Amino acid sequence: MANFFTDNQDIVDFLDHADLRDLVMLQERAYAEADTCGYAPADYDDAMDNYRRVLEMLGELAAEAIAPCAADVDKEEASFEDGKVTYAAGTRQALDLLGKADLMGFTLPRKYGGLNMPVTIYAIAIEMVSRADASLMNLFGLQDIAETINNFAEDEVKADFLPRFSSGKVTGAMALTEPDAGSDLTNVQLRAAYDEGEDIWRLSGVKRFITNGCADILLVLARSEPDMAGARGLSLFLCESGPEIRVRRIEEKLGIHGSPTCELEFSDAPALLIGKRKRGLSTYVMSLMNGARLGVAAQGIGIAQAALSVALDYAAEREQFGQSIRQFPAVRQMLGEMHMKVETSRLLTYQTAIAVDMAHNLERLQKSGELKDLPGGEKLAHDLRRWRTLARALTPIAKYYATEMCNEVASTAIQVLAGSGYMKDYELERLYRDARITTIYEGTTQIQHNAAIGYVLNGTLEGECQRLHDHLSGLGLDPAMLEALAEARQWVLEAVQYANEQDSDFRDQETGRLVEAATLVYNGYLLGEPAMRSAHRRALAENYIDEVLPQVRMRRDQVLSGNRTYLDRMPELLGYE
Amino acid sequence: MTLEIIVCVKQVPDTENLSGEAMKEDGTVNRSALPAIVNPEDLNALEMAVQIKEAHGARVTALSMGPPRAAEALRECLYRGADRAILVTDRRTAASDTLATSYVLSRAVRKAGLADLVLCGRQAIDGDTAQIGPQLAEKLGLPQFTYVEEIRKIDGHSLEVKRSLDGGYEVLRGPLPALLTVTSSANQPRPPSAKRLMRYKKALAPCECPGEASEDALLGLRARGLLIDQWDADDIEADISACGGSGSPTRVKKIESVKLQSEGQKQVEPSREGLGALVEELSKEHIFD
Repeated sequence: MANFFTDNQDIVDFLDHADLRDLVMLQERAYAEADTCGYAPADYDDAMDNYRRVLEMLGELAAEAIAPCAADVDKEEASFEDGKVTYAAGTRQALDLLGKADLMGFTLPRKYGGLNMPVTIYAIAIEMVSRADASLMNLFGLQDIAETINNFAEDEVKADFLPRFSSGKVTGAMALTEPDAGSDLTNVQLRAAYDEGEDIWRLSGVKRFITNGCADILLVLARSEPDMAGARGLSLFLCESGPEIRVRRIEEKLGIHGSPTCELEFSDAPALLIGKRKRGLSTYVMSLMNGARLGVAAQGIGIAQAALSVALDYAAEREQFGQSIRQFPAVRQMLGEMHMKVETSRLLTYQTAIAVDMAHNLERLQKSGELKDLPGGEKLAHDLRRWRTLARALTPIAKYYATEMCNEVASTAIQVLAGSGYMKDYELERLYRDARITTIYEGTTQIQHNAAIGYVLNGTLEGECQRLHDHLSGLGLDPAMLEALAEARQWVLEAVQYANEQDSDFRDQETGRLVEAATLVYNGYLLGEPAMRSAHRRALAENYIDEVLPQVRMRRDQVLSGNRTYLDRMPELLGYE
Repeated sequence: MTLEIIVCVKQVPDTENLSGEAMKEDGTVNRSALPAIVNPEDLNALEMAVQIKEAHGARVTALSMGPPRAAEALRECLYRGADRAILVTDRRTAASDTLATSYVLSRAVRKAGLADLVLCGRQAIDGDTAQIGPQLAEKLGLPQFTYVEEIRKIDGHSLEVKRSLDGGYEVLRGPLPALLTVTSSANQPRPPSAKRLMRYKKALAPCECPGEASEDALLGLRARGLLIDQWDADDIEADISACGGSGSPTRVKKIESVKLQSEGQKQVEPSREGLGALVEELSKEHIFD
């Protein structure tokens, strides 16, 4: 039986070696539910065994039932007729199976029928589903919608809606984007008016590019304070699908054909306020989007893994000039780079997920007052700030890095197959199309860079690198590797210092480069500990140092050049003088 | 209406995913080299039972006869919706052919309390006999519906099924209790449920408990719904002479390892005579009768 979990040594290895003791203890509140719930774990080993078993079950489902339908889903597409959206047959079957397998309330608390899994495990699950069918991620991988309800809604709203998500009976959508509010959500205009007579909110206006907008339950960002411009006038609402919410059309897209992208018209649609007024964008949507960004990072890894697998298989079998093409240095380089990028993205994404889990659990338990009574709770509480900052810093970084990587890998995989890769006979052309959205939705790469740059300029990431440096040095990592990493860190510091001395226009211009340089160094440090485990990971880390760290120096040189052409000489550059 | 449904399942070597060492040199199946799975069509039978449970209410019992490791197959059934599991395991039942197996299963079904429905997979992928269902029905004195693809109607007293035939199907009605054998075209078996997987991974048959399982430990498992009932030949009041080798008239005369080779090509003249000669040859070789 094909299985996307057991065939992926990188993932299996992560679960075998990661020390998630604190994380799982917090997630399970010191295993408090073991006596009252038959499927709650009794201790750490039990929990890890649960994670492995569930992932192995999903791995088989993804490989045996979902992946074989992906080509048909792409061809059939979600369709729209008479105001009604219909998923492709393969999508419907996959949703049915995922629901029956109890996987649609992955991270929700058990009291609402969920599995109470950490985000770290959910990220692995999203990767496997995306490897099977990237478009399905938008149905399976957007459970953050339910998670947002869990985090911010009133108890009775949770009790009403969350079990429906867990059972797989409903799907969700987040309705944020509007024709004039894309990357700039502060400009959202959809109107929310409070109907005092009925004690209910009503929404009116148009949303565009809404992934799975035909969902049963929508979280909608709307302007509840008509006199207040910008983010402060926005609140978050929950709507159920109904006659007041009309799908006007669905988009024809380059990829992820199984996922309907809808234009929605709200006509006095009844809505529930989630959380407090005016905090819609600043608190709730940011939380929602951060979850979704991590999900899209995992989606990117899944697509890249699918492309890499095809390229590796093909290169092993295809012969030219009397030998397997894998023997040619140019092909080896492509395969090796793809492999390195996929595994590096995975490390970064898991590290991000761990930070998100730690921060989220510590916050939740501190708020409920339970933290101090948990084993080591007080000590862990000291780290809350660090985890929270790390989660905020790494989420946009993982999203940008894994999704840019995904596009590169999908493209390179086609290059390995050359003419055959370009044809529809192989799934690479679909993967290449599906990959393209990942650097765009849930915030473009450029928006992710903007979200991360503060943590590069203020030294947060540098502090983390120093921390890892000390840790690896204590473990006895090869001094030559540590030295190379320290040198690259110095390059980042030089670039950051230079940028900090320039005006804000220049810093804005260099944002992408600075974030990329800092990310490449941070990733290098993440490769350090695994490098001490096996020959494969040692080769990976050493190759990374030789191949990737010079790119940090290049970015430093680019920053230090002080080039202001795009700022000052754009008309000349474009020939408009 | 709560129907009592018993689903008979067999743990089999995974012959559909063959690896290099799947067969021994003497042509028999190398069981140790193959992963053990629940016989695929038994999962179709289980799925049918669980769908009846979801639609009408039922208690689904998975029943297996086999060595202690067959408890794993029963856990698989619990993951996929069975409410209760019974393992019949006894060295004295080893080497049973279909006659002895169906006898042992009939004793176990009687001990379990007569069900409204007994479901079996059409046939197992290791033996391919398709005999257990019909023999079990006969021993239990139940009407049997074989090759069932669909249950069209069911109430507490009767059912209507669609059974597949060569080149068509027929619809049959009959009384309950009854025995059905279910084909792979009946449904797509559901994956294990994550929640049930995490719960029932801890289900154990007494023979799997470390050391001598204490009475308390077994009671604890039962209280948590995690005990796989384990019966031996005495528990089901089986006549030992009808079990195992002594109850099995089947004798294996010879096992031949057939290697299909592509050399057997033959040019047939595209003429009436050529085709006639081919038909005659096939008929003589009993390739078709």
